[in-house]
Amino acid sequence: MDLLTLLSDGFATSLSPFNLMIVILGVTAGLFIGAMPGLGSVNGVAIVLPLTFVVPPASAIILLAAIYYGAMYGGAISSILLGIPGASTAVATTFDGRPMAQKGQAALALIAAAFASFVGGTIAVILFTLFAIPLADLALAFGPAEEFALVLLAFTTFVGLGGDDILKTIIMICLGLVLSTVGLDLISGQPRLIFGDLPGFYSGISFLVLAIGVYGVGEVLYTIETSKSNPTVSNAKITFKDLYTGIKTISSYTKTMSIGSFLGFFVGMLPAAGATPASLMAYGLAKQTSKKPETFGDGNIEGVIAPETANNAASTGSLLPMLTLGIPGSPTTALLLGGMVMWGLMPGPMLFIDQPDFVWGLISSLYTANVAAVLINIALIPLFVWALRMPFSVLCAIVLVLCIVGGFAPNQKMHDVWLIVLFGYAGYLLRKADYPLAPLVLALVLGPLMEKSFRQTLISEQGNILAFIERPLSATFIFLSLLFFIWPLVGLLRSSKREHPHFSSKRPDFSRQNS
Amino acid sequence: MVYRSFKTSILGMVAGASMIFGANVSFAGDWKPAKPITMVIMAGQGGGADRIARLFQSIIQKENLSNMPILPVNKGGGSGAEALRFLKDNEGDAHTIMATLNSYYTTPLRTDIGVDIAEFNPLARMAMDTFVLWVNAESEIKTLDDYVAAVSAAGGSWKMGGTGTGQEDSLVTAMLEKEFGIKHTYVPFKGGGTVAKNLVGNHIDSTVNNPAEQMGFWKAGKVRPIVAFTPERLDVFPDVPTAKELGHTIVYWMQRSFVAPKGMPTAAINYYTEMFEKLSATEEWQTYAKEKALVADMITGSELQKYFLDERAKHKEILASSE
Repeated sequence: MDLLTLLSDGFATSLSPFNLMIVILGVTAGLFIGAMPGLGSVNGVAIVLPLTFVVPPASAIILLAAIYYGAMYGGAISSILLGIPGASTAVATTFDGRPMAQKGQAALALIAAAFASFVGGTIAVILFTLFAIPLADLALAFGPAEEFALVLLAFTTFVGLGGDDILKTIIMICLGLVLSTVGLDLISGQPRLIFGDLPGFYSGISFLVLAIGVYGVGEVLYTIETSKSNPTVSNAKITFKDLYTGIKTISSYTKTMSIGSFLGFFVGMLPAAGATPASLMAYGLAKQTSKKPETFGDGNIEGVIAPETANNAASTGSLLPMLTLGIPGSPTTALLLGGMVMWGLMPGPMLFIDQPDFVWGLISSLYTANVAAVLINIALIPLFVWALRMPFSVLCAIVLVLCIVGGFAPNQKMHDVWLIVLFGYAGYLLRKADYPLAPLVLALVLGPLMEKSFRQTLISEQGNILAFIERPLSATFIFLSLLFFIWPLVGLLRSSKREHPHFSSKRPDFSRQNS
Repeated sequence: MVYRSFKTSILGMVAGASMIFGANVSFAGDWKPAKPITMVIMAGQGGGADRIARLFQSIIQKENLSNMPILPVNKGGGSGAEALRFLKDNEGDAHTIMATLNSYYTTPLRTDIGVDIAEFNPLARMAMDTFVLWVNAESEIKTLDDYVAAVSAAGGSWKMGGTGTGQEDSLVTAMLEKEFGIKHTYVPFKGGGTVAKNLVGNHIDSTVNNPAEQMGFWKAGKVRPIVAFTPERLDVFPDVPTAKELGHTIVYWMQRSFVAPKGMPTAAINYYTEMFEKLSATEEWQTYAKEKALVADMITGSELQKYFLDERAKHKEILASSE
């Protein structure tokens, strides 16, 4: 009851005309920022942060949160339309989103992404509202050993992902792990794998560079070869009927959406993890629990729904450690934290007690931001789809320019552009040889996290490797990872059995005769 | 407000134009940044260095001390080696500044990254931060004696969390070990914020974080300060003794300064120095420093460079004796 009073007070703040306007502005700006490869919510929040000093803190955080949210919706747009993930959180969305767009279902994929984001975001906000304070304790229970076990789990949900060829998947994971070790070692501070002394490698290979290279440039090269400049024109018109059937189709995937939402929220809440592993895990899990896992990667709508619910749920989840513990889970939440310090607020355990107006204003604005984001996003879908009607030769050039600008912008180093070219070519070759690219990118994102937490655990436990299974939480995750590792093998056995007609295909006929 | 920002943007355009047309002429008072300023932070997100750098960024923008926005970038990898190397590779850049901590001198001493800090341009030392020994509030330890006894009893498996081997907190840890003949297992994390969280979650047994990094948890009653490594007791913790008054002269400071790359134009150096002088006088900063137990005495220019080089020499000795 108390909670409801606090929340309704919060709504009184966030539903004021001024704050509503701020939400709409922020969400729209965020959508476009997120849709641009290379620009993400970090850039959006950084640019707008100084403007927020002219409005009261509650409105300021509402604006920043709206941009953050909008960008999370927008990230899916370039993943689906161009096949380039705008941010690491949207990588998993490319796996099926892009094939859907190529089959002419771009509008459906975009509707699915928007609606799934809405569901994920909303469920996460509800969880946040109800359990923010008790859940902070769970985040505290996560030490290095648990972090490692969680990342391991993220990897294993993914082994079955690269198609049927598990060996190729494992090779790509290993390659990604090698790439992830480039740069300065976190623990000793020594440079590793810097190819002699190339200063560009000191900061490591960024996810964005690899993703833009293999997905953006590689994809363009591959498409040039396969389509021979044959344009794939998709229908740009979308009617309310399309929208209705779209949402109806999507609504039938309640299982996928609930997996995505809950998993996303819990993984996002852990300070180390965030939205990227969450979306990847949701994708892997959706595939493994699906009735038709073989259609994943060829444009299965579930492959869009799962990661999109999860990344939005996770972005809400990652506000939790920032508000309750003062630890930002992502670069964007670090900026939000900086803003809060400036407004004279102290994020941490006392915030909920000292500043209820601010906290509940923010929470209630997440509800409004979600509604605004889904409406604005759906309204803009025709515009985004229209962009796909460009002749392929034009679109292709635009994508290449976006790739290079997007790769150069964050660090402004030519080094990154050369790497993009290199990765693009490598990605094209790997794709021709039928190697899955997703595990490569995944390993680069999760590798550093995994290595760091593994070494921290070993240091603090005096080299005792059993530490990972002696702690209940990490033991659970390790057990689950083993399960996920074995699951695809069971699936393989089952499908080899299916080739005998006696076992499966005849059975339905028997039951019909009996009844 | 709209009018004012319009005016500053005109000023910015004029400044940009004068940069292009009058590049050789450098009037000390005339230079203004022509594009957003990158503020490199030598540490990860959420730690003391990060929070303070972001606070400065916010004050600068709120008080309009710079006509261009400041973009903080965390380069905390390898005890700040990533940031140092970045600054070196941006020689002559007038739009890059770096927020430093003590790893500014320790990291180049410890790792071979080809950086000589004597080449960089000092801008301003904003504050000296302090160190306090913390344990989880559930712990039995209440005094320094309890602590030493507990660490000795653990026989080397006592987990001291910190921000990286060779970082400030690891030096304080080394001083403690030397003074009391005890041994810790030092566990490195990516920033003071993560260390604080791991202490509250009981994944480590103690830490020597800065007060600002623990303040939130301290106010919530989750952590307990044991002893301060300052010459005198801190105003915010009047009941916490200093190591010095207990008869152990362990005193250690963390400097919070800003530096610029080698070859930054003099006019730009003057611009930033002046900006930090104005910043230092703001009420927000003074209040923050007081609440977070920082000593806010500012030095700039050659005096600061001398300080850096003296500290480097001092740390060379500390490192030599601790390894």
